[in-house]
Amino acid sequence: MGDKSDIIINIENLSKSFGDHQVLKDISLNIRKGEFVTLLGPSGCGKTTLLRMIAGFLQPDEGTIMMEWGKKNGKEEFRDVAGIPPHQRPLNTVFQRYALFPHLDVYDNIAFGLKLKGVPNDEISSRVRKVLKLVSMSDYEDRDVDSLSGGQQQRVAIARAIVNKPKVLLLDEPLAALDLKMRQDMQIELKEMHQKLGITFIYVTHDQQEALTLSDTIVVMNEGRIQQIGTPTDIYNEPVNSFVADFIGESNILNGTMIEDRKVNFIGHDFECVDEGFGENVPVDVVIRPEDVYIGYKLDGAQFTGTVKSCVFKGIHYEMYVDTDSGNELQIQDYDAFEPGKTVQMLIHPDDIQVMRKERVENVIDCVVLNETRVEMFGEEFECSPVKVPEGFAGRLEGAPAKAHVQFSKVDLMDHEEEGDASGEVWFILYKGDHYHLTVKTESGGHIHVDTNDIWDKGDIVGIKILPEDIIVELSDEQEK
Amino acid sequence: MMRKFIAKAYIWILLAILYAPIIFIVVFSFTEARTLGNWTGFSMELYKHIFTGGVSGGAGLIAAIKNTLIIAFVAAIVSTMLGTVSAIGIYNLKGRKRKTIQLLNNIPMINPDVITGVSLFLLFVFLRFSQGYLTVILAHISFCTPYVVLNVMPKLGQMNPNIYEAALDLGATPAQALRKVLIPQLRPGMVSGFILAFTMSLADFAVTFFTRGTIGLETLSTYIYADARKGGLTPELRPLMTLIFITILVLLIIMNVRQAKTRDEKTSIIS
Repeated sequence: MGDKSDIIINIENLSKSFGDHQVLKDISLNIRKGEFVTLLGPSGCGKTTLLRMIAGFLQPDEGTIMMEWGKKNGKEEFRDVAGIPPHQRPLNTVFQRYALFPHLDVYDNIAFGLKLKGVPNDEISSRVRKVLKLVSMSDYEDRDVDSLSGGQQQRVAIARAIVNKPKVLLLDEPLAALDLKMRQDMQIELKEMHQKLGITFIYVTHDQQEALTLSDTIVVMNEGRIQQIGTPTDIYNEPVNSFVADFIGESNILNGTMIEDRKVNFIGHDFECVDEGFGENVPVDVVIRPEDVYIGYKLDGAQFTGTVKSCVFKGIHYEMYVDTDSGNELQIQDYDAFEPGKTVQMLIHPDDIQVMRKERVENVIDCVVLNETRVEMFGEEFECSPVKVPEGFAGRLEGAPAKAHVQFSKVDLMDHEEEGDASGEVWFILYKGDHYHLTVKTESGGHIHVDTNDIWDKGDIVGIKILPEDIIVELSDEQEK
Repeated sequence: MMRKFIAKAYIWILLAILYAPIIFIVVFSFTEARTLGNWTGFSMELYKHIFTGGVSGGAGLIAAIKNTLIIAFVAAIVSTMLGTVSAIGIYNLKGRKRKTIQLLNNIPMINPDVITGVSLFLLFVFLRFSQGYLTVILAHISFCTPYVVLNVMPKLGQMNPNIYEAALDLGATPAQALRKVLIPQLRPGMVSGFILAFTMSLADFAVTFFTRGTIGLETLSTYIYADARKGGLTPELRPLMTLIFITILVLLIIMNVRQAKTRDEKTSIIS
């Protein structure tokens, strides 16, 4: 991986905003020659924006995109592609809804790029036939594109792109419009095509299954930031944070405490694990995949017990929810069914426990001091406990920037937004085994994290209420000097 | 049964009232009587007169027809180009801006012709334009363009928004993408916009009347107006109007058949 010579695209510190909304924040990424890279994330995470910037349809606000640009004296020359229009870039795109030209037949659609480049007619015809064969559409060259099925149109769209022999093929959710069966077939074909052609694929999808199946490297994105870059197995087995763990596959994400190296406590028990270097008694997030919990009515070496709550057959395995002896809920998958209501024993192997540093242990919110017991945060006024003034502070308290500390469990959410001091929208929900961890996006665009036992849905509009004594305000560092 | 009969009768009565004046003209174009309404026996003489140049109104009518066609043709061509480019521009605007511009585009269409005519007249006077052919054409372009915009916009809406980008992606310059991909997609809208602009220009009286100046430029509508005021319509105008009506009818039928055909093709693919 360290070999720099096989990099084809180098992206550094890329940022992009649409109006006030920052869609990409400080993206850095290297893409290697021949690699199948997938940009994966929920809708609105910025993955398509990133792809469009590589294609040249959008210009970055900050940062650079360097692309390999032919050879010079036997060495690859790189060029900053800022300002180079799409039609001059050595890459081609397969668009989400195919974007075939309806007034041209299959042959002319595919020949479009070659004709523009002035390739001689007989060469065009042989190259078009070759790619049609590659996408198994040989008998279709005279067909009207409107008369083709979705899957066939997608093949033509791929053929139209690869006939130009791009160095990099960009694919923007190319299978999103197809039905499940067709999508699975096309996934296999895309993978084969990638191997046959040997060119770099940059693939955008929100479907984690698709990403795991196809990719050499997955780039997980959320809220405009790269969360993790790694191989499918890395991403699945060793997610770096709770977002990635939740987004990729099924998982139990639990609050835990790292007691010491190789020893972690969660769901009320100490477990042996393989992680080191977190320090002692540090709060962490623990990820357990449902298939990694061993379950039995009687199990040698059982670590804890629980009661089966529900059991559903899923085709290959049974999916069960088990209440543990400490009152946490675990999702477990096993080939055997266990009857609801029965007591079961469970164990988890040390290397199946993924320990992650917590991104935050409490809310730290930028605010402005209004007076000794009032602050403004999220664009609204809140009463708070008396502002901590450092010794020797001589400046004006009013209007001073500060940080408000609020514990996750001290934030109350109200059904009606008017009941709260500020309002927001439930943005992200994580089940932590015995409570929900919510991210609420406030009207002013800030985030607040909430631990709650109440059930909320994504997109719910809520009022945010915090008791004055739970808002601890400290003046910002620069103010103290 | 009775209800059905009444419903049908209603439609036929309505159509009869709508088309009675036109049918009247068509019928009386086949008789030679000088006064409209007198039937002096079937004759094709008036039609002969038009094509042999033996019109009793003289060369004035022929010149008026020529002017009308030239003005309509030039105005329709220019407004089709302008309207298409404007539609693309408006389509690429977002939210409020787009709504505002669309509203501004619609106002001239509902504005009474007389007001458009008078205001253009005042504008040309203010700018010291000598009025004549050029001002009439400019005026016609200005009231025809919104109709083209209105006809092209829906085609843009139906188009896959990525098509233009796909063309760029495959190596087309923006101009090539416009010519090879965008225009072919918009062509049906442009054609119907052109036909509409052409007929609007053909039919216009008020705007032409106010912008033609004093050089004696006559189009068909101003000629007929003047002729009728001189005491009685020149009889040859009856077959002429019949021919214009039939031409427009044929154009409309062609447009409809074309639309129905493309629709059928689309539905047969889906089924």
